[in-house]
Amino acid sequence: MNVKIIGAAVLVLATLFTNPGWAQEAPEVDRTSTGGAQTLEDIMARQEQLKVDESFRSENLGDPARAAPINEQLGTLGGRSQPEIWRGVRYNEIETSTQVRGPAVDVLIQDGGMPWYELRRGPVITYGGGAILAFLLLLVVFYFVRGRIKIDGGPSGTKIERFKAIERFGHWLLAGSFIALALTGLLTLMGRSFLIPVIGQEAFSPLAIGSKWLHNNIAWAFMLGLVMTFVMWVAHNIPNKLDWHWLKAGGGIFTNSHPSAKKFNAGQKIIFWTVMILGFSVSLSGLSLLFPFEMPMFASTFEVINSVLGTDFPTALAPHEEMQLSNIWHSIVAFLMMLAIIAHIYIGTVGMEGAYDAMGDGHVDLAWARQHHDLWVEERQAKQGKGESP
Amino acid sequence: MKVMILGFVAALVIAALAPVVLEQFGWSSAEQYSSESVRLD
Repeated sequence: MNVKIIGAAVLVLATLFTNPGWAQEAPEVDRTSTGGAQTLEDIMARQEQLKVDESFRSENLGDPARAAPINEQLGTLGGRSQPEIWRGVRYNEIETSTQVRGPAVDVLIQDGGMPWYELRRGPVITYGGGAILAFLLLLVVFYFVRGRIKIDGGPSGTKIERFKAIERFGHWLLAGSFIALALTGLLTLMGRSFLIPVIGQEAFSPLAIGSKWLHNNIAWAFMLGLVMTFVMWVAHNIPNKLDWHWLKAGGGIFTNSHPSAKKFNAGQKIIFWTVMILGFSVSLSGLSLLFPFEMPMFASTFEVINSVLGTDFPTALAPHEEMQLSNIWHSIVAFLMMLAIIAHIYIGTVGMEGAYDAMGDGHVDLAWARQHHDLWVEERQAKQGKGESP
Repeated sequence: MKVMILGFVAALVIAALAPVVLEQFGWSSAEQYSSESVRLD
């Protein structure tokens, strides 16, 4: 036991010492040979990921008070040399103005572009796309191992109304718009890497333009569907003790048992809250992208996270960095939603006999309902005070 | 099935109307990126 604890401590210490976040201060550098400008030691210290005091650069911005007359050398620059002016731009230390109109046009330099581009075309595509492919493969394997969940004893032939027309409308509004968003989003994210090499630039161009139009505009239908389904179903999706029993039994998927459930079982509640929370988050980042620079949210979010967790996320972000973070977050949340929805589509179609009817025409077989939502059937029948044909 | 088709059609109708409505409220890119002294029409 002690050996394990010591081993863990050594591992943690080793991690801390090799982590750049715990980097040591760089030694003092003598810059007299360069007249105070950057030296080779400064460059080497940065390459070794040591903390370099940047004040020798960020505060070396010229002296407007000692500006040469306008007809002298550098006079037109107001006491600053070109390097000093651009250094001031680099460290956000001088006022900039522009005649160009529009949000964030006075940002001349922001250095988050390439890291964002590399992250987007690298890990986001690799891990996001890989996760979807792996999950699809897993479901195919699961289908052949577990098979379709059948109605025990076959369908009874008697139908019971499961969802009203307005509920199904909200569901399909959300589902249809989500599928359109997912496909157009994947095309926008991955088209450059995978489609252009196959169909060429000319064929991809109209496809990308159409995808962008559809993605930007059908997002409103998604948000409306999200609100509709939340309002209609939230009361049925409050977690309770019954859900714990359902989860302990694994929903009966592997044991062929049928744990009791009301209108929605624990599995459906997980899907509901996943869609609601991720849907809300993806909508916020989507709105931030739809209205560029109007809805920055990451600096303020990081402030809250830092105050709660004591982390050190950056809270001073350039407008473009806000957009880059929104874009990456939008992709990550969208991939998570796609995984959840693929599982939902599987169980609602090929994975379970009789499940699709609930959203197809709103009526399910009574045997199916008793098998998967026995307490809901009892409630319905008690309310109606009738026999088996409500 | 009818409700499903209706949901899909409604999503497309909302998508078609969205840019028209946004433009009415002054949210076209042209308006956002030009000053008041620019005549767009």
